[in-house]
Amino acid sequence: MRQEERTKRAMLALADGRVFSGYAFGATGEAVGELVFNTAMTGYQEVLTDPSYCGQLVCMTYPEIGNVGVNEEDAESARIYVEGLIVKECWRMPSNWRARMSLDEYLKRNDVPGIEGIDTRALVLHIRKHGAQQGVLSSVDLDPQSLVAKARAAPSMVGCDLVSRVACRSAYDWEVGEWELGGGFKRPGPQEMRDRPRVVAVDYGIKRNILRCLTAVGFRVTVAPAGATAQEILAHRPDAIFLSNGPGDPAALPYARDTIAALLGKRPLFGICLGHQIIALALGGKTYKLDFGHHGTNHPVVDLKTGRVEITSQNHGFAADAGSLSGLAELSHVNLNDLTVEGLRGLGAPFFSVQYHPEASPGPHDANYLFRRFYRLTELFPRYGAQALEHLEAEQAAS
Amino acid sequence: MIGSGPITIGQACEFDYSGTQALKALKEEGLRVILLNSNPATIMTDPEFADRTYVEPLTAEVAAEIIARERPDALLPTLGGQTALNLAIELAENGTLERFDVELIGASLAAIKKAEDRDLFRRAMLKIGLDLPASAIARSVAEAERALESLGLPVIIRPSRTLGGTGGALAQDYGEFRGKLEWGLASSPSHEVLIEESIAGWKEFELEVMRDRADNVVVICSIENLDPMGVHTGDSITVAPAQTLTDKEYQLMRDAAQRIIREIGVDTGGSNIQFAIHPETGRMVVIEMNPRVSRSSALASKATGFPIAKIAARLAVGYRLDELSNDITRKTPACFEPTIDYVVTKLPRFAFEKFRGAADELGPQMKSVGEAMAIGRTFKESLQKALRSLEVDSFGFESACDKGLGAPARAALIERLKTPNSRRLYYVADALRMGISVEEVCAWTRIDAWFARAIAQILAAERALKADGPLGQDRLRELKAMGFSDRRIGDLTGAGEAAVAARRRELKIAPVFKTVDTCAAEFEAFTPYFYSTYEGEDESRPSSKRKIMILGGGPNRIGQGIEFDYCCVHASMTLREAGFETIMVNCNPETVSTDYDVSDRLYFEPLTFEDVSAIVDTERPEGVIVQFGGQTPLKLAAPLARAGVRILGTSPDAIDRAEDRERFNALVRALKLKQPRGTLARTPQEALAGAARIGYPVLIRPSYVLGGRAMEVLWEESGLKAYVAQALMASETRPLLVDRYLEGAIEVDVDAIADDERVVIGGMMEHVEPAGIHSGDSACVLPPRALDGALIAELARCTRMLARELGVVGLINVQYAIFHGEVYVLEVNPRASRTVPFVSKAIGVPLAKLAAQVMIGRKLADLGFAVERIPRHVSVKESVFPFSRFPGVDPLLGPEMKSTGEVMGIDESFASAYARAQTAALTPLPRAGTVFVSVRDADKPRLESLVRGLRAMGFRLGATDGTARFIRGLGIDCDAVRKVAQGSPHVVDLIRRGEVAMVVNTPEALGAADSASIRRTALELRVPYFTTIAGAQAAVEAIAELKRARFAVRALQDYHRACSQL
Repeated sequence: MRQEERTKRAMLALADGRVFSGYAFGATGEAVGELVFNTAMTGYQEVLTDPSYCGQLVCMTYPEIGNVGVNEEDAESARIYVEGLIVKECWRMPSNWRARMSLDEYLKRNDVPGIEGIDTRALVLHIRKHGAQQGVLSSVDLDPQSLVAKARAAPSMVGCDLVSRVACRSAYDWEVGEWELGGGFKRPGPQEMRDRPRVVAVDYGIKRNILRCLTAVGFRVTVAPAGATAQEILAHRPDAIFLSNGPGDPAALPYARDTIAALLGKRPLFGICLGHQIIALALGGKTYKLDFGHHGTNHPVVDLKTGRVEITSQNHGFAADAGSLSGLAELSHVNLNDLTVEGLRGLGAPFFSVQYHPEASPGPHDANYLFRRFYRLTELFPRYGAQALEHLEAEQAAS
Repeated sequence: MIGSGPITIGQACEFDYSGTQALKALKEEGLRVILLNSNPATIMTDPEFADRTYVEPLTAEVAAEIIARERPDALLPTLGGQTALNLAIELAENGTLERFDVELIGASLAAIKKAEDRDLFRRAMLKIGLDLPASAIARSVAEAERALESLGLPVIIRPSRTLGGTGGALAQDYGEFRGKLEWGLASSPSHEVLIEESIAGWKEFELEVMRDRADNVVVICSIENLDPMGVHTGDSITVAPAQTLTDKEYQLMRDAAQRIIREIGVDTGGSNIQFAIHPETGRMVVIEMNPRVSRSSALASKATGFPIAKIAARLAVGYRLDELSNDITRKTPACFEPTIDYVVTKLPRFAFEKFRGAADELGPQMKSVGEAMAIGRTFKESLQKALRSLEVDSFGFESACDKGLGAPARAALIERLKTPNSRRLYYVADALRMGISVEEVCAWTRIDAWFARAIAQILAAERALKADGPLGQDRLRELKAMGFSDRRIGDLTGAGEAAVAARRRELKIAPVFKTVDTCAAEFEAFTPYFYSTYEGEDESRPSSKRKIMILGGGPNRIGQGIEFDYCCVHASMTLREAGFETIMVNCNPETVSTDYDVSDRLYFEPLTFEDVSAIVDTERPEGVIVQFGGQTPLKLAAPLARAGVRILGTSPDAIDRAEDRERFNALVRALKLKQPRGTLARTPQEALAGAARIGYPVLIRPSYVLGGRAMEVLWEESGLKAYVAQALMASETRPLLVDRYLEGAIEVDVDAIADDERVVIGGMMEHVEPAGIHSGDSACVLPPRALDGALIAELARCTRMLARELGVVGLINVQYAIFHGEVYVLEVNPRASRTVPFVSKAIGVPLAKLAAQVMIGRKLADLGFAVERIPRHVSVKESVFPFSRFPGVDPLLGPEMKSTGEVMGIDESFASAYARAQTAALTPLPRAGTVFVSVRDADKPRLESLVRGLRAMGFRLGATDGTARFIRGLGIDCDAVRKVAQGSPHVVDLIRRGEVAMVVNTPEALGAADSASIRRTALELRVPYFTTIAGAQAAVEAIAELKRARFAVRALQDYHRACSQL
């Protein structure tokens, strides 16, 4: 029984001196990172494998984690990117027909430590009141003072290029579509692939489900590394360019900003999360760090054109500054909880971007239509060029 | 707005909760609201909640009358359960809504029909590409047989358009198929059943979904049933949120739910959608959708803090979700999906012990009468808290096998795992204790291994506890965090509850209170809605205001239901108005009292001494009110008082004097009042000797029970012998009460209120049925109709004396029998009684509110209630029974309470008020036809006026040999009808063929098969039947009234205005 396994102590220390004592699971060791909490009740495997969490310790607010184990299909990348996992209770025996491994084992294999048995709600309240900060999770050093000192010494995320740690090194093609219950992932045949428009997806830490969604709506996808120049990207002869999610501070990525600035207007562009922030920077806008970010699957976002509300999946610690963008782009989506910028569209340029995650995984599929919109934009671009977005919107309004 | 009518199985006080929320929301919008609901025990029918309140039968005729009179712009039917929805369909289809230009809001007729009509629903699901169990619709036996050929057995038979799954049943073989088919066809108002591929054993889930007119759709809560498919969701142990789905699987379900609510076309409001998932393949099928607020949405509201009904009402009048704010966070909108950081477990509460002959087996037909919900930071904690919340004398996973867990028990145990029953969770624990593996237990029960493992972990902790020595800090803290009660730990260690509590105090291990905030602490919460857990940080931040704590009634059960919640809510409302901070403690998710809006602070906690004490320690209230929540808080009065807690109102000692039979007898003797001769018996010998001394018939029951549990009238010694053989085992520590049964006496209930200056009668209710029928089951009339002034004065005098002697401060209820012109005291309850809401509505005075004020020292004279108020109109209360849920049970009334709910009829005369009450009680009286009469000899002398009355109104009479001879002997025509034993066509055939309009059948000796099958058949075919002459006599008067004039409706506010002018 698992109670007996709760024998090894672990400790979590925050830079401001708060310490939580609990039990270790996953790998034995120590992890340093920015402490964030995620409020999704499902999808811990997707969270763990989302490269955007690089450099972060994640606390799941839902207390029972590990119930359904892990499987091959639900990974958003090849490995765990979360530095350390914090939960109320970790289940070592999964129960789900797709489960292939326990969460505990998964963390061990990925050399990621976890802590359980702490008052996670107290931790969340602390972060909410005092903001995100650096923390250390350890099952090897159980001296609070030493851990707090390590947390204080850890560098802040601001100004730190984490993308270079997670992005691919060279370009590759992606050929897998969406997941289906009982059928696994759909794979379009080579014949079908050949005739499709090509999108180059710039990888700042891309989640697989974005690639699957792009494939599912009809794109032929080539993934390019984050450091690719505009010329390198255009050399793939793309019909459209997609900018992915990724970890950390967008302002620490001047190379990405410059690349995108050079591409704006040349091809239809769609950005998600970090990709959206990079577009904002490329336009000449600013980004800033939120107190404790948005990490969850229940954030209401309103589409300012239609008035419709989407329940969205979110994972970001930085945001685009609305004021800095006036005249540069049009605000298309707003977060109803705190009125932060959730989406932009081009003014006379064929691009749009969202701060949230229309690819979900984890989270609701409400915003999945954006991929179809991007595909249509790509279809309209050769004919309408800079006016393609306006035509697209006119088309949608008419239907 | 239409309410849901009387509390029945499948439709309980959750609709008072949702209706009350909706009324408040609509009133805040400045709308004029007209309410129709026949249930007087609801908060929603309090005259201040709607502009016009009609406590009238929920029939299309009555609704049309009200619509014609009030001319509403819109009808909102989605907050009153299936009853309201069905009534709305009728009003739409018969043209009433069109005639008076009334718009149906919340859900359109088309949407309701698409969701409710199984064939239309099925087609809609297929259209949007969703999977369903294979099935076929049948409107006849022949159609059903054809369907069976392709489906194969087993199948589930579900009648269309019923509530709570009435008539739904699993058929394993052909014999069962035929039997259940006929029953299913008979149960369906549209004489239609769905025959369905059995998906018993699949995982079951529910989503609570809301949609607004701008097509925004959100999921408020996911719920996973621990009991797999095959057990009605109302009878299932349910857990929120879903525990065993990955995000991919959950999102598929969410997508499906969105498509469903859009395709069905529920424009605004909430819907409940049920899904089943195959545990090995993940195949997902849609089970059903309720296009309205439901029991599950009440649970979801309490589980998440998101007030579904209130929001649904606002959406119905045109708001969008994003225009409404989340009450709890204030700053964020209601257009979001709550996320929770705890686990919620709901356990159903059953009443099988009340229905002799009913098998304790669960299936697609709902049988539970109530539920308890518990919140914990882990499933294990919430499950163990839920066990003790249920108040079935369980404080953890006690063994359910009294004969031990040896090898012989194994086969029996496995049988109990295979067939779902009310105690299955305990059998699961016993099986694991016996060494049966989790995998095997799951194979027998089809319960998901995740849940079974949690139970196994609890048991492992129990084992370790037994093996370990004294409890250290870490060990005890860990056990508490797993949800163990002090009592359970004390039982396991042998140290006892008090020692464990003391050890905890010594080690400073106390619970902390966390907030239910809809958002897992992401935003600041402004609503003090708490649950306890054993963790680091406490969020309760008690105020330093003057405060009073009110203990609620816990899960509904027969004998303790909505009436007590009503009183608790009134106490809270009035004390808040008086400037106190009120703290509500309760664990029943269906109730108004557990709405976080009702009290200043809400603790969703089990009502045990341990749990309540912890809240008292944190909040330090000035006093605690125990007299409003029924027996549950009353039982806590003495231990709380011993622990130094101030009990407001009547003292715990006075409560004990009334409850303890020996002390009570002494009290009655001292006051020189009469009571039926009686004795206490601690052994079978004492009982038999006592009965012989007193003389038969005797009324026998265990002491300290509510709702007359195990109470019986016994006519001779053999019956008593059989009774004591079972009963004494059940309650060794409590003696049996043996009293003379006053045959044919008139029973009277008196509710009164007392301060330290005076005792004022609230209402006197004369029972229609004679003494011997439990007061909660008897119809009653206020003011009394057969008592003369002298008797009434005597009843008032006795009540005053009793209240004074007991030092009652607050409410008191006394039950009397009038026998040969003399007043006998049967029972005194120095607390709020079941009849308080009815009396309050009848006289237009909120008795529970006044009582709460008296308890904080106000005087009745200052409160404007110094003298009794006797209305000119007549109010009749009638009870509603759940017999149709328990196949094979004789629907006979007796001293043990069996009703689940009540209705009220008000009018100028008894006959008319009684007719209304009967109509409201869902058995409308006939105006013509044949009345079948069969009465026992003892009742024959009183038969004459009854049958003459029936003949005079043109009814034909039918009777079996003896009764027929007797009637003809009176010179009255009567058809001879054959007994069942005499072969077809016999009386039951006639009832089945619809040739009997009403049945009067008083029982011979209990268990006479013929008589039972007559009553049972009448019940199933909804033929009104009366099992007492008095009830039938009242019905005859009512029928005369029905034939004379049709109902004219009158609002409660008008009655009360007339009352206040007295």
